[in-house]
Amino acid sequence: MSGVLDTINAAPLWLIVLVKSILLLFVVITTFAYAMLFERKIMGWMQLRPGPNRVGPWGMLQPAADAVKMFFKEDLTPNTADPLIYKLAPFISLLTAFSVYAIIPFAEPKPGTLWAIGNVNAGILFVFALTALGVYGISLGGWASGSKYPLLGSVRSTAQMISYELAMTMSVIGVLIVAGTTSLAGIVHAQNRLWFFIPQIFGFLIYIITAVAETNRAPFDLVEADAELVAGFHTEYSGLRFGLFFIAEYVNMLTVSCIATLLFFGGWNAPFGLTFIPGLVWFLLKVGGFIFFYIWLRATLPRFRYDRLMAFGWKVLLPAATINLVLTAVVIAVWG
Amino acid sequence: MKRYKKNLFNVGALMQGMATTFGFMFKKKPTIQYPSVKKQHAPRFHGLHELRRYADGKERCIGCELCAIACPANAITVVGAENTPEDRKSPGERNAARYEIDELRCIFGGMCEEACPTDAIVLTPRFEMSDYRRGSFIYAKDRLLVPPEAGVGTAPDERPNGIPSDLGIVAEVKSTTDIATGYSATNRGEILKTETRGLAP
Repeated sequence: MSGVLDTINAAPLWLIVLVKSILLLFVVITTFAYAMLFERKIMGWMQLRPGPNRVGPWGMLQPAADAVKMFFKEDLTPNTADPLIYKLAPFISLLTAFSVYAIIPFAEPKPGTLWAIGNVNAGILFVFALTALGVYGISLGGWASGSKYPLLGSVRSTAQMISYELAMTMSVIGVLIVAGTTSLAGIVHAQNRLWFFIPQIFGFLIYIITAVAETNRAPFDLVEADAELVAGFHTEYSGLRFGLFFIAEYVNMLTVSCIATLLFFGGWNAPFGLTFIPGLVWFLLKVGGFIFFYIWLRATLPRFRYDRLMAFGWKVLLPAATINLVLTAVVIAVWG
Repeated sequence: MKRYKKNLFNVGALMQGMATTFGFMFKKKPTIQYPSVKKQHAPRFHGLHELRRYADGKERCIGCELCAIACPANAITVVGAENTPEDRKSPGERNAARYEIDELRCIFGGMCEEACPTDAIVLTPRFEMSDYRRGSFIYAKDRLLVPPEAGVGTAPDERPNGIPSDLGIVAEVKSTTDIATGYSATNRGEILKTETRGLAP
């Protein structure tokens, strides 16, 4: 086994990174496809429907059918749209959504095997920098559509993202203080004894709420609020470009679930000493749990009113996150 | 502001809602998987018509147009013709040269069945007649008339508990719609010229 590892590690770095990237893209896209099926199934069950079940056994081929449909749909561009930005916007969303996976460690890094494409020292900063860029795809797409509902959607997305990103980052800084590192692998190592959602329970709650808002999912999906804005920023998009936005949204949901797992739920650490199950499995289970939670939220809660969303973000979450941060800092300074 | 705060922080209600949706996930789903599983409809359900024959294969319909007159939706068009000694379609003097029902106008009231003096037009329990063109819903004799080998069936008055039955042969007749024009096998243009009643395009 170590012989194989040595051979692989002897390959040039660019080749290793390339192979890992392609593999990771495949894994993430497949996960996206089945996360979507999972969501439609769970939502269906919660609404007393069976969910998709016609394509393949248990609807397992539904994602493939959807993909084929997307491919063959006409790619429309409105006359009033700004063609270049309109066509580029989905790719911005997708690119920022995917690039985060370059540094997410899926399992414990051992000598010779790094379960990520790169191990960045300031990993968490990289993640937040990229997710913050993701809003460009949405707001540019909405703006470049040259139509009223997408514009309203993109304006909302900009305001919402900025408001909630502040609280989100604040809530995460508490973890960084406790862990004493910004490296994702380092943060997970710091949770070997105690997962951070216990000492950082407020930070965790704030992170979970803001993460829903960051990924524009119900009950914070004002960006695409079907009832008021038709489909918000992607009203004018069709076919594959709409599909790209869709992928980006789900990949973002996976990302925030991964980050929540890494920062608050001990990453690949096994609970209750169940170490005979590999860390990778634990990591995926935890991420799956978070995704279920998001689907569950979507099936339960009605959409926020816009002013309440803003009030909640600025008057509740941000002060709470700040207090949490200050208290954590004081506790660590005095007793740490 | 007070009420607003109360709503905003009502975590109990939130939990209750989440518990409700979680519980619903395991409830029995009332969905009927339609094409593979079919719902049992009411026993006396009125569906698609069929025109029946006597045991000797002659058509029951005598072209009297009573069904067309009885129809509250004006969905039936009958054009009668004289039987000739060489070509006797029905036992009496007259037969229906053309018999058409616009199933889109039809309200499946069964008045035609009640009006028919020879029990020629009857309703069956069949209801699956979706098609792509409006014209295809004008059912003419080619799709209504049962073939001679189908038998005579039960007359509406003699049905057990009034439950309609189906000779089951009409089901095999495929739609005769010409996809390009959307007209049924019968020339609709001609009908509209001669008959003003009951055949909106």
